[in-house]
Amino acid sequence: MTRPRKPTRWLIVLVVLHCVVAGAGFFAPYDPVAQDRERTYLPPMHIHMVDTHGHFHLRPFFYPLRLREGSFDQYQEDASAPSPLHFFTRGASYRLLGFVPSHLHLFGATDARICLLGSDAYGRDQLSRILYGGQVSLLAGLLGAGITLFLGALIGLAAGYYSGWRDELLMRTAELFLALPWLYLLFALRAFLPLSVSPLEAFLLVVVVIGMVGWARPARLVRGVVLSVKERDFVRAARGFGASDFYLLRRHILPETGSVLLTQAAILVPQFVLAEMTLSFLGLGVPEPMSSWGNLLATLQQYSVLVSYWWMYLPALAIVPFFLGYLGLASALQERAGAYNLNEKKSWNQT
Amino acid sequence: MRKEQPFSRRRCISLSLLLACASTCSLPAKGLPQQATAKEEFLTLPGEIGRSGGRLVVSLRAEPKTLNPLTAADTISREVIAAMQADLIHINRSTQLTESALAKSWKISSDGLQYTLTLRQGLRFSDGHPLDADDVLFTFHVYLDENIHATQRDLLIVGGKPITVRKVDAQTLVFQLARPYGVEERLFDGIAILPRHLLEKPYQEGKLGQLWTPSTPPNEWAGLGPFRLKEYVAGQKLVLERNPYYWKSDTKGNRLPYLDELVFLFVPSADAQVLRFQSGETDIITRLGADNFSVLSRQQRAFTMADAGPGLEFNFLFFNLNDLGEKSAPEVAPKQKWFREVKFRQAISAAVDRDAIVRLVYQGRGAALWGPVTPGDRRWIDASIPHPPRSLERARALLKEAGFSWSTSPDGGSVLIDSDGKLVEFSILTSSSNADRAKMATLLQDDLKQLGMHVQVVPLEFRSLIDRVTQTRQYDACILGLASFDTDPNPNLNVWLSSGGTHLWNPSQSHPATSWEAEIDRAMERQLSAPGYEQRKKLYDRVQEILAEYQPMIFLASPDILVGAKNSIANFHPVVLEPYVLWNVEQLYFRNGAENASR
Repeated sequence: MTRPRKPTRWLIVLVVLHCVVAGAGFFAPYDPVAQDRERTYLPPMHIHMVDTHGHFHLRPFFYPLRLREGSFDQYQEDASAPSPLHFFTRGASYRLLGFVPSHLHLFGATDARICLLGSDAYGRDQLSRILYGGQVSLLAGLLGAGITLFLGALIGLAAGYYSGWRDELLMRTAELFLALPWLYLLFALRAFLPLSVSPLEAFLLVVVVIGMVGWARPARLVRGVVLSVKERDFVRAARGFGASDFYLLRRHILPETGSVLLTQAAILVPQFVLAEMTLSFLGLGVPEPMSSWGNLLATLQQYSVLVSYWWMYLPALAIVPFFLGYLGLASALQERAGAYNLNEKKSWNQT
Repeated sequence: MRKEQPFSRRRCISLSLLLACASTCSLPAKGLPQQATAKEEFLTLPGEIGRSGGRLVVSLRAEPKTLNPLTAADTISREVIAAMQADLIHINRSTQLTESALAKSWKISSDGLQYTLTLRQGLRFSDGHPLDADDVLFTFHVYLDENIHATQRDLLIVGGKPITVRKVDAQTLVFQLARPYGVEERLFDGIAILPRHLLEKPYQEGKLGQLWTPSTPPNEWAGLGPFRLKEYVAGQKLVLERNPYYWKSDTKGNRLPYLDELVFLFVPSADAQVLRFQSGETDIITRLGADNFSVLSRQQRAFTMADAGPGLEFNFLFFNLNDLGEKSAPEVAPKQKWFREVKFRQAISAAVDRDAIVRLVYQGRGAALWGPVTPGDRRWIDASIPHPPRSLERARALLKEAGFSWSTSPDGGSVLIDSDGKLVEFSILTSSSNADRAKMATLLQDDLKQLGMHVQVVPLEFRSLIDRVTQTRQYDACILGLASFDTDPNPNLNVWLSSGGTHLWNPSQSHPATSWEAEIDRAMERQLSAPGYEQRKKLYDRVQEILAEYQPMIFLASPDILVGAKNSIANFHPVVLEPYVLWNVEQLYFRNGAENASR
């Protein structure tokens, strides 16, 4: 048997990625809603170290893009005006993590805008939008997963511990929830909600909606664990000593569900990020001008964008490292839990 | 992305009164000598001589709801019907002048009340049945019948009284009007002459309104247009075939149309239409968005892409000016205090970056607008309306004059507050299926942010949007577009009259709510019966000036008409009037005729 892989590696990757997104204000060079109507659909710009004469420059620079004569969206590099890249520059104001006001940006340029990942139909910087969009999508995923796990754990514990009609009722409800066509219900639900909602309300709505949807599966898993744990000797012993239900659940049973909940969390977060993206892609998520990974991809619904501007696909790539991280973490956790259970069984047999 | 047609109106249906010109006497069909072949009096069309044969495939956004010219109200049905039916006097979509059609000549009496029309001799319906004055009598009788609810009925009521028709002999008819009519003989355009021999019985049985759907058997259908019904496959296509009795010929005497078949494919999305066109499945594409147009132009191989110039569609922002009580609309009513303020609307108009709209939304293939008449409508546009450039300073000054002020918001920006200290925030509705207008809304949102206004954009499904605007009236502001089907002001009566159902900012009023709306009402009513173009133009100019001053609609931009066709299609002369390309469908032909005929 191979030794289970450590989840730490994945955890570090995820923490770094989340820090980048959480600090979007610092890492993004521009305000994500600032339009530059003179430069729409800019292709990604290149960073140079060597200029057209073959000279090497220590400070990286880029050539600003100029519109080709008589064209609407074809640009060419203007080699006559190289613009140096500055690090830790002052730029658009933002609030780090929503609190700390700051002007500091990782990089920027003074004479021209640098759009490393190109710009969109309104000339907004794609890199900034992806980073800020990540805040919305990841937060929605994390909060959604939190709500789901909380509900799932609560319902699973209740159903597994009390059994009888309560178990029946809760598990049949769970089955009903699993059987419902969720996407269409989400549409219907969204349609009932008020017409004009502020971006924050829209965001919370999305979170609550996706959080309410997924509790059935974790609830079932938790219930299974509870059913087996509550018959173990140490639980019976504690009950024999007169422990209350609440004490038993908190002290002995809930901790046993920990590994299941953790693994579920690692699976649910990317799933809910995807749910948020689906809603926003279909125009039911956060409204313009805010960005989220879903509504960044929404422009791809237009055929002309699909065939003309390849960099509009980049937001789809942004989610790949996150999903890899989460799924890697989930499988590492699962392996660990499996090994743990195996060890536990072994030690049982030995006694 | 699917694009719906600009909000179309019942009124504008093919009234098609173009360019009223000053002369009251009849216009001779210009340069079109009549040629008598046997006893048929052909209309000879100038133009390139074509080759017969071939089938032309065109895509339609949806299936036509009906093939009945009486009840057709939607663009798609009308587009199909236009290829199958004919009128007495027709407006040439290219020259925008009237020309003789089924009537070979006409004469208007000096008092402007009597129109005498003479029919061409020896004409036949597509089933071979001859046409005579009784068919025309029957046609006007059913169009004017209240129970039929013909969409063009209101257009045949002049001065409150329906037009009366009298038959003089088998070829001559006299139309009597109660009052002089500013549009003159243009009123006949789009009134399809119906076959009495097929429709009289159903009419007497009261079934005429439901008659003639696409699934009608071809032998129960007849018309006078270039094509006749051949086959209908539900959800897929409608096939028309050449009308062997068509009454137009080319200068060499060949009977038109050149094409053997005209096929309408039902392709619901604009993007799917582009793909079909690219793959060669369809021969012509119309109603292209600027983005798809540039995609096709870039990949140009065997296509001719054409920009026919600004069309008649105008897009605009308007505010809810309905008379709503605090009770019925607690959310909207307090904001209406701002919306009713003329200076507020003028400030918004001054802050709108129209050039950016043309450039970003239409990729430069459009025109900025300051009034409802687009530059495509050269005869009616009021050139004296000022085109002030965007100016945030002027917008701020106007807002200040109206009692608004600015304060600093917690996050450092400046926000606009009204005289009661209330934050100025409102939402703009757009149709979720129209990407162009959604883009305009996003641009406007950013423009108005610079004035400190907090604007939310609410995309809504088109039908529920119209319902909100015209029925429940629960909205703050909305971006919409309207498109006339012809250049005359009359089709827009319903928009400008305060009693009109399409008077969007405050529809169907019993009394004009403001003095300027009353003035528009008077000017529009007067131009209806004003004799001659000059007088009508003067009155309509006044309407445009009032609209530009009071800004009930903040006009934004008008897109160009963009079309494309395969290189092999000849006589391809796109125009800015609907149906853009198929207006001369009888003259379209394939250069490599034989090859396509066998396709």
